[in-house]
Amino acid sequence: MLRFIARRILETIPVLFVIVTVTFFMIRFVPGGPFTAEKAVTPEILRNLEAHYGLDQPLWKQYFNYLGSLLHGDLGPSFKYPNRTVNEIIAEKLPVSIELGTEALLVALVLGLTAGVFAAARRNSWLDYGASGLAMVGICVPTFVMGPLLVLVCAIHFGWFNASGWYTPADRVLPALTLGGYYAAYIARLTRGGMLEVLNQDYIRTARAKGASELRIIFRHALRGGLLPVVAFLGPGIADILTGSFVIETIFQIPGLGREFVTSAFNRDYTLITGTVILYAALIIALNLVVDVVQVWLNPKLRFE
Amino acid sequence: MGNRLLALFVAAALLLNGCGRHSADSVAGAPPKKILNFGNGTEPQDIDPQAVNGVPEFNIILALLEGLVSYDPHDQHPIPGVAKSWEISPDNLVYTFHLREDAKWSNGDPVTAQDFLLSYKRMLTPSLGAEYAYMIFNYVAGAKDYYDGKLKDFSQVGIKAPDAHTLQITLTHPTPYLLKAMCHMAWFPVPVKVIAKFGGLDRKGTDWTRPGNFVGNGPFRLKSWQPNQRLVVERSPTYWDRANVKLDEIDFFPVENANAEENMFRTGQLDITSELPPDKIPFYKRDHPDQLRIAPFLGLYFYSCNVKRPPLDNVKVRRALALAIDRESLIKNVVKGDEQPAYAVSYPGVAGYVPRARLTGTVDEARRLLAEAGYPDGRGFPPLELLYNTSEGHRAIAEAIQQMWKKNLNVDISLHNEEWKVYLDALNTKNYQLGRYGWIADYIDPNVFLDLWETGGGNNDTNWSDPEYDRLLAASRAAPNDQDRYEIYQKMDAILVDQLPIIPIYYYTRVHLVSPKVKGYWPTLLDMHPWQYVDIDR
Repeated sequence: MLRFIARRILETIPVLFVIVTVTFFMIRFVPGGPFTAEKAVTPEILRNLEAHYGLDQPLWKQYFNYLGSLLHGDLGPSFKYPNRTVNEIIAEKLPVSIELGTEALLVALVLGLTAGVFAAARRNSWLDYGASGLAMVGICVPTFVMGPLLVLVCAIHFGWFNASGWYTPADRVLPALTLGGYYAAYIARLTRGGMLEVLNQDYIRTARAKGASELRIIFRHALRGGLLPVVAFLGPGIADILTGSFVIETIFQIPGLGREFVTSAFNRDYTLITGTVILYAALIIALNLVVDVVQVWLNPKLRFE
Repeated sequence: MGNRLLALFVAAALLLNGCGRHSADSVAGAPPKKILNFGNGTEPQDIDPQAVNGVPEFNIILALLEGLVSYDPHDQHPIPGVAKSWEISPDNLVYTFHLREDAKWSNGDPVTAQDFLLSYKRMLTPSLGAEYAYMIFNYVAGAKDYYDGKLKDFSQVGIKAPDAHTLQITLTHPTPYLLKAMCHMAWFPVPVKVIAKFGGLDRKGTDWTRPGNFVGNGPFRLKSWQPNQRLVVERSPTYWDRANVKLDEIDFFPVENANAEENMFRTGQLDITSELPPDKIPFYKRDHPDQLRIAPFLGLYFYSCNVKRPPLDNVKVRRALALAIDRESLIKNVVKGDEQPAYAVSYPGVAGYVPRARLTGTVDEARRLLAEAGYPDGRGFPPLELLYNTSEGHRAIAEAIQQMWKKNLNVDISLHNEEWKVYLDALNTKNYQLGRYGWIADYIDPNVFLDLWETGGGNNDTNWSDPEYDRLLAASRAAPNDQDRYEIYQKMDAILVDQLPIIPIYYYTRVHLVSPKVKGYWPTLLDMHPWQYVDIDR
């Protein structure tokens, strides 16, 4: 097991290197640069601006300079926000995205697992149809519709919450519900499917024959196997929640990294783009590794393969 | 079960609500603090006036710093700021400013002429890479040479501080609108001594702009700054005119999404928004006219023609296209912000100047011109593509105009949208045929819409060049008074309407929400509001 983990970690180094290199060059070949503006600056001002940020040097030199500082953990200054470094922006914004992601994930797991388990246990009952129908709606309604709807009802009509912002504990509720609700729907469907498959297995019939209670069958025997598809989904799902919070962060004006990730590309903020891409790549790789390990632990069959 | 869950949820919501929906600022007995919550569009890049170029930054800097002259809150003509008075030499080349003795930085230091001199020197330091450096080197004698590195000795530049309270500025040519331009943040002083402590004068983005470090001379001082959340300024105890500052605090909220902003206005989180989605204008017009603010705004929306690319190399085609747009209908049905249709380039009535030239003609005349250009009833019209940056609003306008040209001229054009920077790059490299454009003025003078079209001008993306136009522009710069200058501008406007390197469409308005509680926030052409005059009922 340890060898497996060590090997996987070593494998990430060349992957990350390729990602850095490709990102570095690709963004520089996109038309428009960090200082392209509606009111064009004069050529002499543009020259001085580029010199200020070292953009006047040949590309290969910029690349090696960047790699050099990257090895020291320095992601460089932001072009868009002159008084902040990329490290600082990430340190400031990542915790917000993680907080939002964690809260959304909790909502997703609590709602999704509950609905999925109940639906599977009462298969083809009104409970099943209700939960499955709701999950379908959850998947079909995009967050950019659900978010404003929740704001309209809970903030503007009833006045329970602020319409947007990230200032008080109450400000966490609507974004977490919007983002979590979407994933809850997926998790509910996956849980239901996984549970149904497991509930048809021989060992469940054996447990029933031996007189185990329904509760014990579901939570002691079936759930562990039924969760496998959910766990497989959680790896990319968590990464998705963290990176994909752009829409939520925009609707609710949350100072998270998801928004920086997208807007940095629009701003051609080269260093911030590369910095966030590296971070997210590392995050996705790490989460997939964790999922693989958990899957092996949950499923004895995989251990022999 | 379901009911209980719902009840629990509501209870939790109310509980959380109690912990801080509106932070309790008032102590029992004390009058409530006057706090203005202002929707400021985007997150400021920085608050160093020499390192930024946007309107949200300018809004904040206007609270924190003050230049020699400042905006009149009603019509934005220049009024005394740090300078209590000034004289202009008879040849209009030398401006002598007398600084008030009681002007202070927020750390208590006096604001001196030397501070201004060193600030302008910093602005002109090439290695700083200040984007607004041209606002100074376009006018001040020797400044361009210093910026280009041809002049090493700053004492040769036309900025002198003979004593602590006198500043003398010498120009390269008479510039009747210099004082108006000086209201811009490019001319604001920066606390050079403080900046020097934080890593050097020619470096951008040092820690001097952080809360706790920032020193300004404006009516407010920096209290806190949480990036992408809010930036708070509070009344400055050292400002010379502090007795007349009305607000205790301004909270600047960087809300980029117009819908989110409108929601925040409705829940009372914002008192002023930076914009309003066009589809909500009719609702506010009908139900909340007291909250809707539509004000003239000194900007022109137009289509820029690349005159080197057929078919727009033919002035008759440009004219036909310009005549075949029904501007009134476009504004009424698509743009909806009570904009003013544009039949000339210069904004009518800016600083007393009204262009006499006017684009006139019927659709029949447009058809005739198109036939004369070789495309009777649109037959044989070459492919024409309109470029705009990706946005719902621009697309709606482009589609409407596409329809008008189809209906009136039987001409088919294709629409092409690009992401913002790709679009700007295409315009700058002249890699387009017809392109959407908007121009917002930096100061109130007719010059702002006319000097753009100089041959080779940095923002003249049309490839259009006219020697007579260039000659007139040069003559306008030497004109002894506004009357003579405006007469020259009349000729320049006439050339533009005759040649149509750009197709004017409408003059902007500012459409946003302002709470009726806000006072002293008068509509102004530049939409700049000196904060010391703004007040709020609390």
